[in-house]
Order: sequence, then structure tokens, then C-alpha cells
Amino acid sequence: MELPVREEEKNIHSEECYMNMGPQHPSTHGVLHLELKLDGEVVVDSIVHIGYLHRSMEKIAENRTYTQFIPFTDRLDYVSAMNNNLGYCLAVEKLMNMDVPLRAKYIRVIAAELNRIASHLIAIGSFAQDLGALATPLFYCFRERELILDIFDEICGNRLTYNYMRIGGVQFDLPDGIDKKIQDFIKCMRSRIKEYIDLLSYNVIFLARTKDIGVLLKDKAVNYSVTGPNLRASGVRCDLRKDEPYLVYDKFQFDIPVADKGDVWDRYNIRIQEIEQSLRIIEQALAGLPEGNPTVKVGRIHKPPAGEVYLRTESPRGELGFYIVSDGSEYPYRLKIRAPSFSNLAVIPELIRGVKMADVVSILGSLDIVMGEIDR
Amino acid sequence: MFTLLNLITMLVVGAMILGFIAGSSMFLIWGERKVSARIQSRLGPMRVGWQGLLQSVADAIKLLLKEDIMPTGVDKWVWQLAPFFAAVPSVMAFVVIPFGKNLIVKDLNVGILYITSITSICVLGIFMAGWSSNNKYSLLGGIRSAAQIISYEVPLILSIITVVMFTGSLSMQKIVEEQSKYWFILRPNLAVAFLIYMISALAEVNRTPFDIPEAESELVAGYHTEYSGIRFAMFFVAEYTNLFIISAVAATLFLGGWQGPVLPPVLWFLLKTYGIVFILMWVRWSFPRVRVDQLMSFTWKVLTPIAFLNLIISGWILVR
Repeated sequence: MELPVREEEKNIHSEECYMNMGPQHPSTHGVLHLELKLDGEVVVDSIVHIGYLHRSMEKIAENRTYTQFIPFTDRLDYVSAMNNNLGYCLAVEKLMNMDVPLRAKYIRVIAAELNRIASHLIAIGSFAQDLGALATPLFYCFRERELILDIFDEICGNRLTYNYMRIGGVQFDLPDGIDKKIQDFIKCMRSRIKEYIDLLSYNVIFLARTKDIGVLLKDKAVNYSVTGPNLRASGVRCDLRKDEPYLVYDKFQFDIPVADKGDVWDRYNIRIQEIEQSLRIIEQALAGLPEGNPTVKVGRIHKPPAGEVYLRTESPRGELGFYIVSDGSEYPYRLKIRAPSFSNLAVIPELIRGVKMADVVSILGSLDIVMGEIDR
Repeated sequence: MFTLLNLITMLVVGAMILGFIAGSSMFLIWGERKVSARIQSRLGPMRVGWQGLLQSVADAIKLLLKEDIMPTGVDKWVWQLAPFFAAVPSVMAFVVIPFGKNLIVKDLNVGILYITSITSICVLGIFMAGWSSNNKYSLLGGIRSAAQIISYEVPLILSIITVVMFTGSLSMQKIVEEQSKYWFILRPNLAVAFLIYMISALAEVNRTPFDIPEAESELVAGYHTEYSGIRFAMFFVAEYTNLFIISAVAATLFLGGWQGPVLPPVLWFLLKTYGIVFILMWVRWSFPRVRVDQLMSFTWKVLTPIAFLNLIISGWILVR
């Protein structure tokens, strides 16, 4: 975007100033480093530096058995660990041509959708925090996320890094009485969504800060391979749960919320709507939960046949892909992770060119990136 | 006449005011934490004293004992003086605040003018801090606050002038006495002035939704990024003292000051002031922050024209 220059401004000598935003900054969502070229308050140009959280996950994978790598996937996108577990296990199962008990599939859907809600809650809360809403929406979101974490605590004993999915099933069956708890949560969450809408969605200041800001056009979003809620906010109806149904997603009734403008407010609102759709999926999955044993009976050491597989799933942030090459041994020959946040972050320099310093954080917050999966 | 007795009275009054300021801002900091905690379904400080009442004392002691760190590359003199420029004017404003019928240090005949002019100096301290810190975040914060506070001074003073037109006096006591029959906020055009005053006063003390100079998510801590220990505490005390002053002035100008039935005047005054402070805290913890250009266009395109219009209508009512 070209900034208009007035005639009298051309004669004034001014300098651009460089500013490092991050890696230690309250609103860069981890250790992102933005090198901003500022003309006063306006961003002229920016360079994104990543890699501060690099742990060479993909190399580590080559020295771990297939089962041993599951806990590492938790640490990719640590806000939605279940979905990472799921993507990896599905990829390995596809490589081995393994079938999973039906009950395990349903449990996986419930866990993944609960985790999607938790992840979106963090996205909404921290986004509001970035807009300067001094932690109140953040605490509201964390209050509900806490209920989800309690449920996960009962299911698998962990609160953040679950390590729950197994190749061929899940770690434990659902404990007794958990369905009652989940149903209570669904009821509670439905009423709490109204609170978020009252507190934020149509607040005048919130609208002024989010409407028509950071507009990501449809073709630009596709060109940068932006996925997930950010792509749907730009008007592309694309959700792998509908397009390429994995697990049992084709059995459930749910809508894909799509916005048309692609501004910051749309990206926020899409997440609110997706929470409602996830609640619908969980409700149906609970109702249709079949009997059986979802736990693994296939042992811990897997030796998939030589070959390669690429499997993509819809994580809360977009398309999460695992590309695995097997040489027939118990260790993967090569493992490549296609992280959604990585592509979503790539569009940042385009979006923040010509905007004010204050909008940089709001755009960054609306894209909902997690540095753990960008740096891997 | 200057006598020893005079000197002693001065010292005692000065010590009382300083004690009140210290106590009040500590109470306000504790209150802010408790109010924000309740709004956010938390408990807030609970460990030090009953309901964490002594938490601010503990924090004050901690800040006093901290090492005084001066970063290399700062403009030494300006940097060291800045906290005083921020804190001292807000203390000076207490001279004309009427706590009761006789509880006022000096009832100046230019009382309200004195307050607005003396509190304007605060921006100098903020800008000095931003400029001298040799930090780009601080500089941006300083520039923002200079622009913001100077712009919001206009509607602020216009709304105060509306009140002064009705009283015909700048003296704070006179303004309170004029409200013995009814509070000024009950007159429609003065109610509008009250709203304008509250909005611009919020911007004057840099609180959400106008906390742009210290916007945490953008500028880390804005102008006081590089300050620590007691110098940081000075900025903090100045902020909460200013909060008290704008609420006290609002109570005096629009809510009848210390006047009220049954309870003693001092209690009425503090009740009204802290009531307004509570509302300001409520606002702070509920709203997001506006952007700097939106803030400026709001004051010049919306607030100032309304304030002028209100002034003209008030004048018309008076001469009718």
C-alpha cells in the first residue's frame, strides 16, 4: 500500500527508525522477532526473524521409534497438543495401513474438538489482551479453558502436553462419568459465548480497532497458503474435516463458518463461531459413542513397510501435515512437519506494511500463531 | 507575617498532605488490584494482611530497597529529574482541593485554574522520561503522551469553564457552596460537561481506554520502560495521585464536593471521590485500548466541538 505524501511534507527531512519488536516483547506470542522500519508510527517495512525456539524436532524424529515421537508432537503446537498427536498418529497408521477401533475414533474426535475449543479460547483471549483489554477477556477465556483442562486431566492425566493418542488407538478409555462432565461443559460454554460477544464483539472501541484492519484478500491468502480460520475469514470455504473427512467427521452435522472480508474482526469472529460448531460435533460424538475397547493392542514397536506418506488434518490453526518416509526399520527415515502457523506467519510482512504500530499487534494476535510449531 | 508558628503549621499541613497522598495511592493501588481481580473472577492479593491490605506496603518497601539502576546512554540529568516532574505537580494540586468546609490548605481565588495549570506540568515529566531514556519504546510513548495530553487539555478546560460560568468564581470553595441546593450534575448541560470532563480526564491520566503512552502490548511499558526501583515508584504514585485528583475535582465541580446530609463532610468528599475512582477502574478493566490516531481524531473532531457547543448553549441559558 502506497502512503499518500502531501506536497509540504516532501521538503521536511525525516528519517525512518528501526525497531526490534521481540524476541522478548509482551505481545509477540512467544519468541517472534519482528524487525520494523518505522516512519513515526507507521510501519514502512518489516523483516520477520524466526528460529529462537528451534529444537530440531524433525531430526530428533529420526532417532526415535514411532511411538517415542508422540510426546514430541505435543511440544509442536503446545496450545493444541491433542490435534498434533492426532495428526501424527493418523499419518503413521496410514503408513502401516492399520485400522483403529471405532470407539477410539469417536474418542479422538471428542478430544480433538475439545482441544480446538481450548486453543480458540486462548486465541481470542490473547488477541483481546493485545488490543489492550487488560486481561479481563483473557481471564474469562481461561476460566472456560480450565474446565476443558480438568476434563483432559481426568481422561489422560495431563493438562498441557497430553500424549494421549497412540498408534492404533488411544492411551486409556474414557473414565466413568466423564460424558456427564463434558455435557455440563457444553451447556456452560454455550452461555459463556454470549458473554464474550457482550464483552467484545460489538464493543465500539473493539470494532474501531478491528474492522477493516489487516485485510487479507482471498487470492493473497491462497497464494501465501494461509490455512485454517484465517483462510476461512478471507472467504475460502476450506476445512479438511469436510473436504477430506478423516476419522468419523463425515458422520457429524456441522457447518463451516466463512466470512467474506478477511479483516481482523472476521478472523476473531470466525473463531467464536467455530467454538459453537465444535460444541455441536462433541455433542453428536458423545451421543453416538460406540462400545468397545479403544486402547492399543498392537505393541509399542512398529515397523511400517518401506514407503512414504503425507497426511494432513485440520488443526485449530489450519492444515497440519505430517510427511513420513519409512525405510522399513522401527525409526522414521525422514519426518517433515507442515506447520500451519508457519505459512500463516509468512503473510505478516504483507499485512503490516503501511499500518500503524498499534495495528501490528492486533494483526499478529488475530493470526494466532504459536512459535512452537513455527520453529519446531 | 512569617513566624515560627506559621512555619510549624506549614510543616504539619505539608506532612499531613504527603501522608494522605502516600496512604491514598497505596490504598488505590490495592483497590485497583482487588477491583480488577473481582472483575476477572480472581481473588487478587490475599497473603499480606487481611485481604492483602498490606500488599502495597510490602511493594513500596521492596521498591524503596531496590538498586537504583541507570542504563548507560541515558541523558543523565533529564532522566533523573523526570520522575519528580511527574510526581511533584500532582502533589502541589492538593493545595486547593477542599476536603471539608475548613479542610483546605489555601482557598485560592484561582483554584480550578491553578489545578489545571499545575497538573499540565506532569506531561513534561512523562516527555522527559521518554526522551532521555534512549529507548525507542520510551520515545514513542513520550511522543504519544505529549500529543494526547495536550489535545485533551482543550475539552477538559472547556468543560470546566462551563461550570465556572455558572458559579462566576474560580475558587473551589465557592463552587462547592454554589451547589448547596442541588448538584451541578443535575443540570442537563452540566451533565454533558461532566461526561466530557470524565472522558478527557481519563485521557489526561493515561488510563485505559486511553493508556496509549504506556500501551503494554505495543510499547512494553512506554515512557517508564527504563525506570526501576524508587524512580519507577514515583511514576506509579504520580499516576494514582492524578487519578485521585481528577476524581476529587469531578466530585467538587459536579457532585457537590463535601456537601451532603448526616455524614461528616470529609466522609462525603472521600465517598464521592472514591466512587468516581471505582467507576474509572471499572472502565479500565472492561474496555480495549483505542489507537493513537483514533484518539486524536476523537478529541478534535468529536469532543472539542461538543464541548464548544455545550459552552455556547450554557452561555445562552445564562444570559436568557
